[in-house]
Amino acid sequence: MNNTTRANLIKQGAIWAFIVVELAFFSIAGEFLSVTDSAFMDFDNMLLLLKQSAPIGIIALGMTIIMINGNIDLSVGATFALAAIVLLDSMTWPFMQALGNWAIPLAWLFALATGVILGAINGLIVWKTGVDAFIVTLGSMLGYRGLVFMYNGEQPTSHLNWTLVDFAEAQFLGLHTATWFLLGAGLLLWLLMTRTVHGRNAYAIGNNRDAAVNAGIRVGPHFLWNFMLIGFLAALSAVVFYSESGSVNPNDGMLYELWAITAVVLGGTKLSGGYGSIISTLGGVIAIQLLRKGLGHIGADTETVNLVIGLILIAVLFLDRQLNRKGKEELRT
Amino acid sequence: MAELTRKGLGGFLARQGILVAFAVFMIAFAVANPRFIDIDNVFGVIRSSAILGVMALGVTFVVIGGNLDLSVGSMMSFSTIVVLDLHDKIGPTLAIPSMFLMTMALGAFIGILVGYLKLNSLIVTLGMLSAIHGLTLTYSGGKNMDIADKEGTWFAVFGQGGIAGVPMPILMFAALAIILSIILSRTPFGRKVYAVGGNGVAATFSGIPRARVVFMTYLMSSFCVATAGLIQASRSMGSQNTVGQGMELEVLAAVILGGASLLGGAGTIFKTVIGVLILGFIQNGLLLLGLAFYAQYVVTWIIIILAVWLDIAAKRGGLWSRIA
Repeated sequence: MNNTTRANLIKQGAIWAFIVVELAFFSIAGEFLSVTDSAFMDFDNMLLLLKQSAPIGIIALGMTIIMINGNIDLSVGATFALAAIVLLDSMTWPFMQALGNWAIPLAWLFALATGVILGAINGLIVWKTGVDAFIVTLGSMLGYRGLVFMYNGEQPTSHLNWTLVDFAEAQFLGLHTATWFLLGAGLLLWLLMTRTVHGRNAYAIGNNRDAAVNAGIRVGPHFLWNFMLIGFLAALSAVVFYSESGSVNPNDGMLYELWAITAVVLGGTKLSGGYGSIISTLGGVIAIQLLRKGLGHIGADTETVNLVIGLILIAVLFLDRQLNRKGKEELRT
Repeated sequence: MAELTRKGLGGFLARQGILVAFAVFMIAFAVANPRFIDIDNVFGVIRSSAILGVMALGVTFVVIGGNLDLSVGSMMSFSTIVVLDLHDKIGPTLAIPSMFLMTMALGAFIGILVGYLKLNSLIVTLGMLSAIHGLTLTYSGGKNMDIADKEGTWFAVFGQGGIAGVPMPILMFAALAIILSIILSRTPFGRKVYAVGGNGVAATFSGIPRARVVFMTYLMSSFCVATAGLIQASRSMGSQNTVGQGMELEVLAAVILGGASLLGGAGTIFKTVIGVLILGFIQNGLLLLGLAFYAQYVVTWIIIILAVWLDIAAKRGGLWSRIA
């Protein structure tokens, strides 16, 4: 027992230790290699880092819950793009323009509803057909992306609303709006996963679905809720990001699913389900963003970021397996 | 193999549903627009599907072996860029084998990680998707690659040549499909791939070297990717760094459409070819019907879900899942 708690502590602390190592490395290396004079651990730099983590981060939070369930969602990038288009396009509709600034909350509502509906479609298919979530969302990744392109062809969809831009660029207590959304969503989901029946059921289903069914948990509706939740979060991420940028390309959000999964796995969540934590995912998101910024800071080509993150992902997987090595699982995996 | 014993129309549809669907599609499109079955159009479709198809052949091995390969898209970009770069440096005769070696070294690396170190293939190949993309960008410095003297080289033969009116990419796709089909269905190695994917534990206890078999499937996959990269490079004689981006999921869609189970142990090369052709002809047919290019994605989505759903439904004997 004592051993397992210590192992757990190591696992949950690992991502934060990694962040500290990154910070130290880039600060010291930056002294010698940086092209600019500013320190890496500059306060504004760190605030910016949090803000830049928000789009992938908010999606990764939802992905954590989906993966704790033992599912996966590959369609979040396309959902992100479609919600963004609905957000920006809806503000140009005639009746919306007549509303003045009241159009903003309505446009947000439309965009978030889009995300929830797309998530619900995924969830319903997974529930009712019994097809694996990987295949279902692989299909809808193509399908939703097709809808994005059918909406406005290959043209970007643009609408700049200055009230909205002011809101998105505002800083409250030093933190940017996007950061507040990331932290707020993180807090709520942490409460959901650790303090509610829904969260407990999520772990139970991911751990052993048959046992969960026998214990009377309704797995299907549970899946549906979680897919709606990640759809909502993908749309929320789009809403936060595009309120500021005001223009969306039909290719936006591509590969976001892979970045989100990378962050979640770095945070220690198991692909097989039943294990993971929201807080560690936040750590994973920050670690990736630190790496991007840090490599840029010490003058490495931006190209190397992909290389480094890919290799780190594999290294984490390898280390994790060495830590969890158990005789009986040797044959099974 | 239990479903092989099922009798009647339902069993036939469950087994050969994808062939029936393919036939229905072809007839419907041909009736709607006779130009659809024009020989030039048919060749055009197969030729443009060939690159995706060659990659799908290799991934079929990996999937039947019970693993996934998400790295084929960026690996294809890598091989395309490398062969184009080396072409001008050491000439095509040396460039092509060098590129195959480099690409297959990447495949061997993945094979070691997934086969011998038993790491989760989804995460490993996801990591490699990113890593190989970074490798390609570092190799090329982010610049596009072009062959300087496009007229004075025989390199274009793989993408633009042909024998007796049949385009070369189609011939390469067909030849590779036949060879790999024989390997998968007629050799001990092929049977071992099914055994490892169907039940890894049972395979291990039967004395099948699971790790080596998985390693070999990734090596074959990277060989197919290198071939696809060769066709791509030879066809366009120049390339961006992102030429294969996103193809990994289209490849997987074709393989799944062909009926290979993601759990491993099921699927054939022939059905993967059908899956590739369905995707290609649907795209073409919808265009000829005058639909927007991107409508094909939505149709592909519906077809993938329906195909897998009906497959599962036939096996469990009920349309709706038993998830509470």
